[in-house]
Amino acid sequence: MTLLASYHIFVKEFVSEFRTRYALNALLMFVVTTLSIILFSIGHDSPTQEILSGTLWIVIFFSAMSGLSRTFVAEEERGTSLTLRLLTNSTSVYSGKLIYNFILILALSIIIAIAYLLLIKEFSVKTYSIFWLTIFLGSAGLASASTILAAIIAKANTKGTLFPVLAFPILLPLLLTCINATKLSVDGAFFSEAIKEFQILISFAIVMVTTSLLVFDFVWKD
Amino acid sequence: MKKLTLKSENITKIYNRKTIFKNVTFAINEGTAFAITGKNGSGKSTLVKIICGVLSPTKGSISLSVNDQPILYPDYYPHIGLVSPYLNLYEEFSAEENLQFIKKIRGLDSTTDKFSEELLKEFGIYEHRKKEVRNYSSGMKQRLKYCAALLHQPPLLVLDEPASNLDEYGIEAVRNRMKLQKQKGVLIFATNDKDDLQFADTIYDIGQLNSGE
Amino acid sequence: MKIWLKIAVSIWLTGIIIAGIAFPMVKAPETWWQFPLIPGLEEKARNIIFHVPISWATVVAFIMAMVNGILYLRKKDIDYDLRSVSSAGLGLLLCVLATLTGAIWAKFNWGSFWNWDPRQTSIFILLLIYGAYFVLRSAIDEEERRATLSSVYSIIAGVTVPFFIFVMPRIMSGLHPGSLGDEQGKGPVLEFKMAPNMLIVFFASLIGFTALYFWMYSLKIRTMRIERQIQQQIEIN
Repeated sequence: MTLLASYHIFVKEFVSEFRTRYALNALLMFVVTTLSIILFSIGHDSPTQEILSGTLWIVIFFSAMSGLSRTFVAEEERGTSLTLRLLTNSTSVYSGKLIYNFILILALSIIIAIAYLLLIKEFSVKTYSIFWLTIFLGSAGLASASTILAAIIAKANTKGTLFPVLAFPILLPLLLTCINATKLSVDGAFFSEAIKEFQILISFAIVMVTTSLLVFDFVWKD
Repeated sequence: MKKLTLKSENITKIYNRKTIFKNVTFAINEGTAFAITGKNGSGKSTLVKIICGVLSPTKGSISLSVNDQPILYPDYYPHIGLVSPYLNLYEEFSAEENLQFIKKIRGLDSTTDKFSEELLKEFGIYEHRKKEVRNYSSGMKQRLKYCAALLHQPPLLVLDEPASNLDEYGIEAVRNRMKLQKQKGVLIFATNDKDDLQFADTIYDIGQLNSGE
Repeated sequence: MKIWLKIAVSIWLTGIIIAGIAFPMVKAPETWWQFPLIPGLEEKARNIIFHVPISWATVVAFIMAMVNGILYLRKKDIDYDLRSVSSAGLGLLLCVLATLTGAIWAKFNWGSFWNWDPRQTSIFILLLIYGAYFVLRSAIDEEERRATLSSVYSIIAGVTVPFFIFVMPRIMSGLHPGSLGDEQGKGPVLEFKMAPNMLIVFFASLIGFTALYFWMYSLKIRTMRIERQIQQQIEIN
C-alpha cells in the first residue's frame, strides 16, 4: 500500500515536471552556464586534477541546490500539500519524492560528468569504475539529504537562499568524500583503494534516509 | 451505512501565542449534519483541519471510530473527504487525471472509474474532464474538489465553506450531496451562510464560545 | 541554580584562571604549583586549560540543543524549544570562542591562524551548523512551526557530525595531538602525559566550564521565558 502510493507519487512528480518544466529547463541552463564559466576561467591554463575534481562537485552541488527544493516548495505554493496529506501517509510521500529527487539528480550528475569529461581535456579519468560509482552514490547522498531539507524549507517564509545555507554543512562530509574518490579515479587508483570512500557514501545515504523517515512526519504534518 | 463516531474533548488550539479557541467539546454520530459557525477569524478552518487530522490540537483529544474500530489520530485520511479553500488540485493535470491519481494513490478498485464518471456528471464538469485544471474557472475547480473528496465514498465528509464560488446549479448539486451524506454517514461543514445552516442538526458556534471570555 | 552553587562555580573558575595563567612553567618542577615545561609547546601549553574545555562545552551545548529539540517533538511543549534555542545561542558563543582561542594557539604553534586541520574544520562546520540553525529560525514566523522545523534541522545536522570523525582524517593530515599527522610524540592530551598537577587543573577546568555553561544556560532560559511572556502580554493588549 505504502509502496504503491510512493510509486504513484513518483510518477505524478515526473509527469508534472514534464508538463510544467519547473526545474528541468532552468537546471539544464544552470549546468551550461556554470560549465562555460569554468571553461572560460581555465582558458589556456592547465589546472591540477585535484582542482578539477573539486569544481566538478561544486557544479553538481549547486545544480542540486537549485533543482531539488522544487518538489516540496511547489506543493506548498500551489496548495496541493493538504490534498496530498489527506490522500496518503507521510512515509509514502517522503519515499516517492526521494526516489524522484534521486533520479533527477542522478540524471543531472551524469549529464554534468559527461559534459565535463568531453569539454575539459585536462580532466582524464583513469579508473572509470570508481568515477561512475562515486557519481551514483554521491547522487544518492545528495538526494537523501536534500529531500528532508526541501520539506523543511517549503514551510519557511523565505525559501530562496535558505536551501544552500542549510544544506552545505550537512552535505560537506559527502562532498569531501566524493571529491576524494574522484581524485582517486583520476590518479588511477585501484578499485579496492576507494572502498572506504564508498562505505562512507553508502552509510551517509542510509543514515540520512533513516533519520528522515523518523522525522519527516513532524515536518509534513505541521 | 458505516457506524461512525467522532468525539472531541476540550480541544484547545494555541497558535503563535494566540489562543484560537478553547475547550471545544462535541460528539457526532452517524446520520447527522454538524455545522460549525462563527465570525471570521474565529478558527473555523483551524477546527476543520484538526478534525481532518492535518493539524494537531495544543491540548485536548480527538477520536474517531469507524464500525467501533478506533482510528489512530491523525491517520484519518482514508475515512475523510475534505473540501476546503486551502486544498487545491494539481493544475497541470486534467480533471480526469487528478481523479485517476487520487484513485491510484488511495488504492481504490476499478469500480471507482464508473463512480468518478457519475460524480463528474453530477457536478456538471463531465464535458470538461479532459481540460487541464489551470484552465478551469474557480467555480469549476470547486466542483472538481467535490468529485475528489467523494471519490472514495468517505463515511465522514467535511466541508469548509461549501458553497463558495458556486453558481446556482453547483449549489444545487452540493445541497443534494449534503442531504445524501447526512443519510449515509456524517457531514460536518463550516459556514456562515444561513441557507447552508438549515441542513444542520447541530450548530456549533465557536465565535460565541470565545467572545464569552 | 542555587546561590551557593553560583558562588562555588565563581571561586572554582577564578582559581583555575589564576592557576592556568600564573603558575610558572619550569624545566624541573619542585612544588605542586609549578608546571613542567613541555618542549615544543612551552608557555603556549597554558591554552590547553582554556581552549579544550571551551571546545568541550561547545559540543555539550550542541547536544543539549538537539536533545531538547527531540523532547519538543515528543512533548510539543514550547518550553523545550526555549531550552533548545538557549543552548544553541550559548553554543554559538562558545563555538566562536573555541575557534578564536584555537586560531591564536595555531598561529603561535603551527605558524598560521588557520590550517584546515581536521579538528579546525570540524569546529568550522559546527559554526556553520549553528549559523544555519539561526538563519532557519529567523525565516519562520509562527512559534510552533519554528520550533518543529529547527528541532528537525538540529537532528539532521546532529547525525552528520559523526561522519566528520571518519571523513576528515582521510582528507587531510592533522596537526592536533592524536591525529594522523602528529609526529612528535602522541601529544600531551590524548596520551595524558600531562604532569599530574596540570592534569588536575585541566580536568577541574573541564568541570568548571561545563558548570559555567549550565549556569549561563539556566539564566538564558529564564530570560527567554520572561521575554516570551512580555511578548504575549503586548500582543493581548
